[in-house]
Amino acid sequence: MNLKLRIWRQKDSNSPGKFVDYEVKNVSPEMSFLEMLDMLNEELTLRGEEPIAFESDCREGICGACSIVINGLPHGPQRDTTVCQLHMRNFKDGDFLILEPWRAKPFPVLKDLIVDRSAMDRIMQAGGYISVNTGQAPEANAILVSKEVSDLAMDAASCIGCGACIAVCKNASAMLFVAAKVSHLNLLPQGHPEKYTRVWRMIKQMDAEGFGNCTNIGACEIICPKNVSLNFIAKMNRDYGLALLKGTYDKVKS
Amino acid sequence: MKLDAKIPSGPLESKWDKFRMNMRLVSPANRTKFEVIVVGSGLAGASAAASLAELGYNVRCFCFHDSPRRAHSIAAQGGINAAKNYANDGDNVYRLFYDTIKGGDFRSREPNVYRLAQVSGNIIDQCVAQGVPFAREYGGLLANRTFGGTLVSRTFYAKGQTGQQLLLGAYQALCRQIDAGKIKMYPRSDMLDLVVIDGYARGIIVRDLISGKIEAFAADAIVLATGGYSNVFYLSTNAKSSNCTAIWRAYKKGAGFANPCFTQIHPTCIPPSGEHQSKLTLMSESLRNDSRVWVPKKKGDNRAPQEIPDSERDYFLERMYPSYGNLAPRDISSRAIKLMCDLGYGIGPSGKGVYLDFSESIKRFDVEVIREKYGNLFEMYERITGENAYKGVMQIYPAPHYTMGGLWVDYELMSTIPGLFVIGEANFSDHGANRLGASALMQGLADGYFILPCSIANFFATNQMKRYSVDHPEFKKATEEVTTRINKLMSVKGKRTVASFHRELGKVLWDKCGMSREESGLKEALKQIPMIREEFWQNVIVPGSSNGINQSLEYALRVADFLELGELMCLDALERKESCGSHFRVEYKTPDGEAMRDDEHFAHVAVWEWQGNDKSPKRHKEDLVFEFIKPTQRSYK
Repeated sequence: MNLKLRIWRQKDSNSPGKFVDYEVKNVSPEMSFLEMLDMLNEELTLRGEEPIAFESDCREGICGACSIVINGLPHGPQRDTTVCQLHMRNFKDGDFLILEPWRAKPFPVLKDLIVDRSAMDRIMQAGGYISVNTGQAPEANAILVSKEVSDLAMDAASCIGCGACIAVCKNASAMLFVAAKVSHLNLLPQGHPEKYTRVWRMIKQMDAEGFGNCTNIGACEIICPKNVSLNFIAKMNRDYGLALLKGTYDKVKS
Repeated sequence: MKLDAKIPSGPLESKWDKFRMNMRLVSPANRTKFEVIVVGSGLAGASAAASLAELGYNVRCFCFHDSPRRAHSIAAQGGINAAKNYANDGDNVYRLFYDTIKGGDFRSREPNVYRLAQVSGNIIDQCVAQGVPFAREYGGLLANRTFGGTLVSRTFYAKGQTGQQLLLGAYQALCRQIDAGKIKMYPRSDMLDLVVIDGYARGIIVRDLISGKIEAFAADAIVLATGGYSNVFYLSTNAKSSNCTAIWRAYKKGAGFANPCFTQIHPTCIPPSGEHQSKLTLMSESLRNDSRVWVPKKKGDNRAPQEIPDSERDYFLERMYPSYGNLAPRDISSRAIKLMCDLGYGIGPSGKGVYLDFSESIKRFDVEVIREKYGNLFEMYERITGENAYKGVMQIYPAPHYTMGGLWVDYELMSTIPGLFVIGEANFSDHGANRLGASALMQGLADGYFILPCSIANFFATNQMKRYSVDHPEFKKATEEVTTRINKLMSVKGKRTVASFHRELGKVLWDKCGMSREESGLKEALKQIPMIREEFWQNVIVPGSSNGINQSLEYALRVADFLELGELMCLDALERKESCGSHFRVEYKTPDGEAMRDDEHFAHVAVWEWQGNDKSPKRHKEDLVFEFIKPTQRSYK
């Protein structure tokens, strides 16, 4: 099949960007979307042009590096699928596709389709962990966790940190990402001692990074390649409310 | 090159305790005076960085990803082994040790492997305490499953995403220390050289992948946790950017490279679909718990698999290895699959594939049970191939997956360069000539959480080294060398893309140094690879500028190193005139086609020493002493 692509090109974060049109020919339906871009990049290189910069690594849908908006949808049209796992059999001959980077104020564009997502790491550093030094752990089976709780924590923990939820949100809210980590750790008994300081600090950092607020649209849940549920946002709000009532604010370092 | 493994004397069971008893310590107050650089943030790197910081050392951690959480450990699917004996099926530390030594075809060090088995239980404790959501039984206790090459259930797992969950645990521990100010993280930073002064590893040269700036960093010890080099084959299950540059640069600065030809080919991967293929995808070994591997008994049988009756199927793994059956180790299963395909029984358009059949398990349990165990793998299979495996079958073929070879390290995980430690897949240590499933995660975390943070103190306490700043002439020299290499690549302005060279190299290695090797092929490869390398430096195109983000340049630097490493792999494979584990030389096999070891001449680790660009590297030997297990012909029949 042949495709027309309109792709965002931007030299670096200080330069203005613009859309540039490309045509790709003889695309096999067995190719992945990124293999189609690899092919275009090989052609551009041979023509002496700079290839399109985009991120990817594992190409198995788990590392969370890939991040392309296709026709307005982060990761493209297939549900529960990262763009690296999207295959060309989902498109047809003559399709016109617009490719953009993640768009959100806390995600400045670094080049073409690559953005800076370090804000998400900084939120994780503000309490997205259980404080246990190496060697301090008790015997693994000394901590009983019911299968239901463990499975639910696993659902939350399956977040790959790609940021699609933020890219799709009209408020550029990071609530689903933050709620996934807060819920994963707050659900488990191991995470209980730091439950309230964790949620307090992570939300504070999220606000400081300039992410918007949640207005319960739910686009994040639909676009999430790992199907992380909106219910976790409700859980996080509950934990946050309790943290407020308990006066966590006074106990946490600012 | 002196190869002193520094193995403590005494009984196997007490060597690690004895080491810890006799090692020199660094007091908590003094630890804050030491600077450690950790390169890589996967399971080994993140766990080491976090544990070192918890002890009080000052750590700088580097990774080329935008976030440490994206290291390729994240893609490990099946599980992590530990000798907990929760299944009450006769497991213990000795059995895990024995299985691993035997699985590695008696080409690993007994004391290292025993220590690995000893700390395996602590790893599970640590991960659970961090909040890793391992699979559990209804009573709230941890669940286990079986894996290849063993007869017990000792594998802990989190759906088919065990690597992801373990890495997030280590990443969270890393985040905690970044928050505490004990670790400074340098993401999007590519290590391009090692700096050695007075014989000690003293720092690294790094390219900032955003600005393109070349920077030098000095430290009291350097830890490489930069993973394996399967991508030398071009097509492998490794992530696109996984590379050998850090360990290769260290090798060229004097670190011994051990057993480079020991590369694991994983039996169950999705077969390539065409020339465009950019990487291959693994289907976890755990699937073999609930499936049977077969080919049609009749060559060229084009019927749909469901239409082929049982009597016309050849369940060849069960036929060839009745006691382990579909759970035979990886090297053996891969070779059996290749054999059936080479004989003409393969399926699919290329004839390079066999069936992995779940229909019996789906009938016996329920689709839901299978979905809960392997749902993400079945979904991934469908996204890639467009086929629904819940109907009963997948098509699979072997692919490069893991490298047992790597930089040589002693019992303390230090390379032949004092002050340079190597952990995880980047070192050669514990898997011998073949790694058992669910052992890579175990080794990465054993090294990172428990062994290196302990043994590094012994190095600090016993060495009086001077600290150098990055103004030292050696740092200047290494920086200039890196800049020159980059400028040279940028100025070739040839006619072929980097990927085209990588594909060419990959094909040579896959054909001549892949699942089976023979003298004539290896000798041909040793002629071809230098020619590809020469053309690369004269005809490669690297567009754009070296200032700022340039993915073509990053890739070119990596392929330039693969083009050198590939040659060393072939040389090592040529010199090892025996078959063992993953290294199968067609000249050396038993009458029934199994790998035939030569313990008299090759019960050693081959360690290669760089001699300069125009000279052949020198081969050294570390003899393997088997005091506790008598090497036998490995049998899974």
